[in-house]
Amino acid sequence: MSDDTLREGIGGLDVSAAISLVVLVLLVGLIVFGPMLYAASPTNVAMSARLQPPSFAHLLGTDQFGRDVLARVITGGRQSLQVASVTMVLTVIAGTLLGLVAGYFHRFDGMLMRICDAFMALPAVILAIALMSVSEPSKTNVIVALTVVYIPRMARLVRGKALLIKQLPYVEAADALGAGVWRVIATHVLPNALPEIIVMGSFIFGYAILDEATLSFLGVGPPPPAPSWGNMLSEARYLVRDAFWISFFPGLFIGIAVLATNLLGDGIRDRYDPRKGT
Amino acid sequence: MRFFASRVLSLAFVMWLVTIIAFVVIRLAPGDPSATMLGSDATPQAVAEFRANYELDRPIPIQYLAWLGHIVRGDLGTSIYLGRPVSTAIVERLPVSLALTLAAFLIAIVFGVGLGVVAAYWRDTWIDRVVSAIAALSLALPSFWLGICLIYLLSVRWPILPSGGFVEPWVDPWDAARHLLLPAFALGYLQLGLIARMTRASMLDALRGDFVRSARAKGVGELRIVIHHALRNALIPVLTVSGVALAVLFGGAVVVETVFTLPGVGRLLVNSVVKRDYPVVQGALLLVAAWYVLVNLLVDFLYTLSDPRIRLRPP
Repeated sequence: MSDDTLREGIGGLDVSAAISLVVLVLLVGLIVFGPMLYAASPTNVAMSARLQPPSFAHLLGTDQFGRDVLARVITGGRQSLQVASVTMVLTVIAGTLLGLVAGYFHRFDGMLMRICDAFMALPAVILAIALMSVSEPSKTNVIVALTVVYIPRMARLVRGKALLIKQLPYVEAADALGAGVWRVIATHVLPNALPEIIVMGSFIFGYAILDEATLSFLGVGPPPPAPSWGNMLSEARYLVRDAFWISFFPGLFIGIAVLATNLLGDGIRDRYDPRKGT
Repeated sequence: MRFFASRVLSLAFVMWLVTIIAFVVIRLAPGDPSATMLGSDATPQAVAEFRANYELDRPIPIQYLAWLGHIVRGDLGTSIYLGRPVSTAIVERLPVSLALTLAAFLIAIVFGVGLGVVAAYWRDTWIDRVVSAIAALSLALPSFWLGICLIYLLSVRWPILPSGGFVEPWVDPWDAARHLLLPAFALGYLQLGLIARMTRASMLDALRGDFVRSARAKGVGELRIVIHHALRNALIPVLTVSGVALAVLFGGAVVVETVFTLPGVGRLLVNSVVKRDYPVVQGALLLVAAWYVLVNLLVDFLYTLSDPRIRLRPP
């Protein structure tokens, strides 16, 4: 492979973004197909095999109940990625709609943006914790709480972009020719804002993995015994002295997943940024 | 000054909206607050007392206004679990959270700006790449995991630092610093990446400036050029990110306090959420938002001091 092709990576993405894409695909593959390849049960309690360090029988060791850590990381990852992807999709849809309304209909702009400001005055995790305090700790409620937290951030971005695009000459021309507002939005504004929305969506996916893990870690996420990366850490932190591997691996997977997502987002942004590249 | 006044007004408005959010969020709780707060086995008398106490028998807007009236006078209500005023419980724990936040902020600023400057000066070398890797990791690693790893490495494997607890700085400053170092690093590392990235970008612009070329032509030493000429001009965007960092770190302290068993506001919030102690949750929400608003005001104030173009800009 010549140096040039290397630099170009896959599909115009740079090398680190291309590697991240591969890592994410592998991760999803592990989570989807892992249970078929790796027979150990994530919830079977075996007190005789408790707190065993990583070995051939248990690749990532066992926890305080003798449950296989790798099997739990795989099942927990399913939960984390599910929550993150549903949250991302809901946030992108709702945030984009709100942002378009605020950017396009001046009447709602001031009010909507002040409300966004107020939501953004609370750190995402804190607001999510507060929302979880009034609801049952279930997967659905975590998704709802995180979506509520991220929507203002998405709406802000889309609104800013819509305000910019609205003023472009060809959009004003379409306006002058009598194209309806929604037609202009669908044919001009949305396609132009799409790269930014995709990039923001990828960051939201990363935030959602981190914040879901944080909620689970603090004990207000989806409840055990179903493992998630966050609640595995929550139970394991008291065992740092005796069995570091129980905490180490779930966190490592969180880190890998978020890092790959962020780098992919950066890569997509650079790809669409006209100031970068040739 | 007019710029500053308009910022004060708009932030006060944001703070007011936050009180509405805090009020509404708690009202979203399923069922009557008295049932959730007192439990299902409460006597009818206790429920009636509670309802009268929180004025639950009146219309919602009136309830909100009454609650707001109490807050403005500094009365955040009484903790159901602790049986003490919320404001007392929070004020007691505030020094811990403040110490942690400020120590983390110091670490984020010193390392973030330092790494950013170094990366910009030696751009596109291996130094630049190492810094960008550090920055990318800082945005991806969960603080609680980093905290657990630090505890394992530096207080279990090689027992150099304590794994938790808080020592008051005015009792034993040295021991207090030893106890704060790991939590502050776990927290500060989160924001270090953003600050380093912003410093690097801003420094790259500054280093290309005419004034840097002139300084070089005059024969000014490289170190002085970087610090005195370039960094000073690169600081405004860094100030913005740092302000955001300081605001966010206070919220992030919640998680780190839990890992390192620090008796701060964050632990109070988490315990109250688990116990459904709503007045405390509300109080903590308001405190975090107030911190954010105050930090933003401070940043705006520093702006106007540092750049006359902002101060003199017509509103």
